Amino acid sequence: MFDFGVVTNWIDLFLRSNMSENMALFVEFVLVGFAILAVYAVLALLLIYIERKVCAFFQCRIGPNRVGPWGLIQSVADMVKILLKELIKIDRADPVLFRIASFLVIIASICTFGAIPFDPALHAVDFNIGIFYLLAVSSLGVVGILLAGWSSNNKYTMIGAMRSGAQLISYELSCGLSLMTIVILSGTMQLSEIVNQQSEMWFLFKGHIPALIAFVIYLIASHAETNRGPFDLPEAESELTAGYHTEYSGIQFGFFYLAEYLNMFIVAAIAATVFLGGWMPLHIPGWEGFNGIMDKIPPFIWFFGKTFFCVFLALWIRWSFPRLRIDQLLHLEWKILMPLALINILLMALCVI
Amino acid sequence: MNYIKNIIIGIYRLMQGMYITMLNFIRPKVTEQYPENRGKVFPHERMRGQLIMPHNENNQHKCTACGICMTNCPNGTIQVISKKETDEETGKEKKVLDKYLYDLGSCTFCALCTMTCPQDAIEWSTNFEHAMYTRSKLVERLNKKGSSLIKK
Repeated sequence: MFDFGVVTNWIDLFLRSNMSENMALFVEFVLVGFAILAVYAVLALLLIYIERKVCAFFQCRIGPNRVGPWGLIQSVADMVKILLKELIKIDRADPVLFRIASFLVIIASICTFGAIPFDPALHAVDFNIGIFYLLAVSSLGVVGILLAGWSSNNKYTMIGAMRSGAQLISYELSCGLSLMTIVILSGTMQLSEIVNQQSEMWFLFKGHIPALIAFVIYLIASHAETNRGPFDLPEAESELTAGYHTEYSGIQFGFFYLAEYLNMFIVAAIAATVFLGGWMPLHIPGWEGFNGIMDKIPPFIWFFGKTFFCVFLALWIRWSFPRLRIDQLLHLEWKILMPLALINILLMALCVI
Repeated sequence: MNYIKNIIIGIYRLMQGMYITMLNFIRPKVTEQYPENRGKVFPHERMRGQLIMPHNENNQHKCTACGICMTNCPNGTIQVISKKETDEETGKEKKVLDKYLYDLGSCTFCALCTMTCPQDAIEWSTNFEHAMYTRSKLVERLNKKGSSLIKK
């Protein structure tokens, strides 16, 4: 069973043997930062390609197929295009807030990205309040979206931002509540500890019915939090042109775009970590031979396999259903998902006792 | 009770929708990738690509220059230019086809010309690669040089 511990330990030893303790630590911090940013960008390109391809297949098309084999470099070409574009100055917009907004959105998503356990050794931020941290940091993005809508000096962006605020804040509730169900089951908020506890069986199966309900609620609520699919009211191109990022251009728009796709990945990764065992292979108690074979597959393949499975679920939902109205959206959250999640927490507490 | 029933029916309907999109996902795609499959996939034989006038091996066609196609054409795509020629057997003057001009640039492929042609002298080919650098090259002469009417 290969994991990245070999690589990280080697880098650690190499740095410590060549420089002082503090210097080595500093260099490692910088390296980790670079690695996270690089993986972030590469994953965004990959996700954009996957999204376009899967969307095309759902609509009986082929999708991008001109740039590179099977259109693989299409999203790289798009990125180059977006980097070369002009940043348009908006008349009577608030310049400072307008700039800050796009950065806030992407910073929130990068901070969340750092806390995801990709591998036993590839886990940059491992707090003892991991899940709490994830929820707190990912909801920072709302501030960016609201600022973007407010500072653009445009009524459509304003309406889009307000809708987005209402949607994100309300869906955060059932999202958090469904994660709390698993926290009750595991008794810890630390992500590495949660993954380790699933070595016998994933929480989805271990937690009986409450875990299953929590998983479904989490999928719906987190999907709504990424502003996509049937919940893309903040963008609603038929009503609001492009919602809160109507006025953005060039790389500033690119940040919103990147953050949107990476948020999709991040919520899928959290779902995979908390419910489907993260990098932990599939183990069935009692089947030693089967478990041994499963252990041969490297953990990061397990992690990415599960995450992309969740991403595919999100895409499937996105390209199947029509958009909701804003009152239907809030009805779904406050009258169906939230009561269900609260009852579910009680159920889980009973199960644990 | 109605509330719970509604939720269950809603979930069932959503599942139906997802089932249908999944069927679409795995269905083989019908998109033709044009320059790659050039010459491998042929268009349907009834496709109206371009107007042609078939000639036989003796460079003879069926057009009698009656001009019905020209009068039927809604936007003046076809020009039938005829000339007078003396017939060898009877010695009388006879109208024969001089030039049959067809402007692809203004053709709407309505097929009124081929439908009304009494001699079936013109028909559609499936050639669809019409790109040219100038508009004037789209005007084509359909009868070949030195061609004549098929003798009956």
